[in-house]
Amino acid sequence: MNWEALALTLRLSLFTAAALLVLGLPLAYWIAFSQRRWKFVLQAATSLPLVMPPTVLGFYLLVAFGSSSPLGRLWTAWTGHTLAFTFAGLVVGSILYSLPFAVQPLVNSFLAIDPKLIDASRVLGASRLATFFRVILPLSASGAATAVALSFAHTFGEFGVVLMVGGDIPGVTRTVSIGVFDLVEAGNYAAANTTSLVLLGVSFAILVMVYGWNRGAWPRAPWA
Amino acid sequence: MAAGAVGMSGSGGEDGSVLDVFVRKRFSATAGSPAATQETRFALDVRFALPAGVTILFGSSGAGKTTTLGAIAGLVAPDEGRIRLNDRVLYDSKAGIDVDVSRRSVGYVFQELALFPHLSVERNIGYGLRRLAKPERQRRTGEILESFRIGALRRRLAAELSGGERQRVALARALVTRPALLLLDEPLAALDAPIKGRLIDDLRAWNRARAIPILYVTHSREEVLALGERVLVLEAGRLLADGLPQEVLGAPRSETVAQLAGFENIFDAQVVALHEDSGTMTCRLVPPEPAAGRGVDLEAPLARLDSGAAVRVGIRAGDILLATEEPRGLSARNVLRGAVAGIEERDCQVLARVDCGITFSVLLTPGARRALGLVPGLPVWLIVKTHSCHLLRPAER
Repeated sequence: MNWEALALTLRLSLFTAAALLVLGLPLAYWIAFSQRRWKFVLQAATSLPLVMPPTVLGFYLLVAFGSSSPLGRLWTAWTGHTLAFTFAGLVVGSILYSLPFAVQPLVNSFLAIDPKLIDASRVLGASRLATFFRVILPLSASGAATAVALSFAHTFGEFGVVLMVGGDIPGVTRTVSIGVFDLVEAGNYAAANTTSLVLLGVSFAILVMVYGWNRGAWPRAPWA
Repeated sequence: MAAGAVGMSGSGGEDGSVLDVFVRKRFSATAGSPAATQETRFALDVRFALPAGVTILFGSSGAGKTTTLGAIAGLVAPDEGRIRLNDRVLYDSKAGIDVDVSRRSVGYVFQELALFPHLSVERNIGYGLRRLAKPERQRRTGEILESFRIGALRRRLAAELSGGERQRVALARALVTRPALLLLDEPLAALDAPIKGRLIDDLRAWNRARAIPILYVTHSREEVLALGERVLVLEAGRLLADGLPQEVLGAPRSETVAQLAGFENIFDAQVVALHEDSGTMTCRLVPPEPAAGRGVDLEAPLARLDSGAAVRVGIRAGDILLATEEPRGLSARNVLRGAVAGIEERDCQVLARVDCGITFSVLLTPGARRALGLVPGLPVWLIVKTHSCHLLRPAER
């Protein structure tokens, strides 16, 4: 078992899930409550990673990270190196790739809130922001937990984008899923099997947890 | 009003009103549904003024009651209008004023109550007091918990309350913020009569010291009559009547109000003779279709009409007497011979359809039905007092 790759993958998944929670909340709020006619365009854009080959996303990211793009030049001027083939570059790629897995559960749980509760909060003197933190967010706890768990799990098993953007640098960008690819290529099926089992086990455990929450199997955390 | 004095008009209403409302709003169709039919199109156009105290807004569902409340509270944006509460202008489409919902000082009890399910009773009630210091917030919350007799429930969640308790909490939550106006959207629809009565008494007691306007929305005429306060009748987005319940619902002048007030018998009629000496006039009721009967003559109260004028006559099903033998020596001018055409059981009432040349609906108790042995086909006499025949203005189409 490649512990270095596992630790790196866990770190990547945690960073990505945390960043997606912070970015996903305002994005999902806007998608759920905006009255704009063209909001479906943004909804579609958010869902793109679900249907696009990861190689395409990875390719565009590489272009964006490169010295010919303003973003790439800005990052290089700021940090002294390019985003491609770095851990930070992997985080950026994973955020985009797992975006729908964070946004969709949040939008769903925002839309499930009785709009009268939001009206009641506003009439009682709360601003929109206060209403979000005092009513909408507490009532979306399970949606937020689902968003975090799904974006974590999706990043944990991600392959294509990581390969395109990260390359395969041990300790920097070699994640578990890429490790499996290397092992199979090298003909080391026994090690590939062990690693694959770990991936399978973690992913399954997370999904069991998510589905458990959402059917209300555990009023609290399952281990409490 | 000077443009600089945003939100202030400087004076109250000329007639001593506390709240002035003028709202116009068109709904072409539900957003996102291109199949807008004539039915889904709806325009709200209301103008009224409220003094302190309870005023009832009465109308059937879909009449625009909740939209009116929403516009006053700031939850619904009108197309045009002006709303003034005390000396504050809350909304003025011409002056470009639209005070945010959160700053209108309006208390609103929703039909669904909308208690926050994740907060205890105490924190629900304290929700609108965020800007106060904690001791003051606790003092006020404690006070209102006490006066609404819900102190024992303070730690419970909304899901752990009975219907009546929930209603009290919702009312307390709105009142604790000391609103300048209270909007109640069918707040008691789900309650039993005794609980309802006690809650209304509590509300009246609370308002004795504060004297704010309370706009009470209901679609139940029993509730209107029980409250006994001034009633505004709203139908299809327009105000049709304004007055005390007995005046408005007891002797409706318009056909729509009559339907709302429970006038089951409404007929087209023609004035055929005026009797100045006896204070009556004869109206010939015309059956809805020529095949439905030959029509019947009724004595109605004399009105300033010419012979031959077309009118509408409304008679409440509960105002008609039914006899199985021909009655004599009555003051009632209208005794009509007919036969029972059908009998319909409704909750604890019986609705008999009686064909006297035109079909009348007559409301009876199950006891009366048994005592008279009413069955379809039985010959009967209907007795209708002159003053139970109400002349109606036809509904505006």
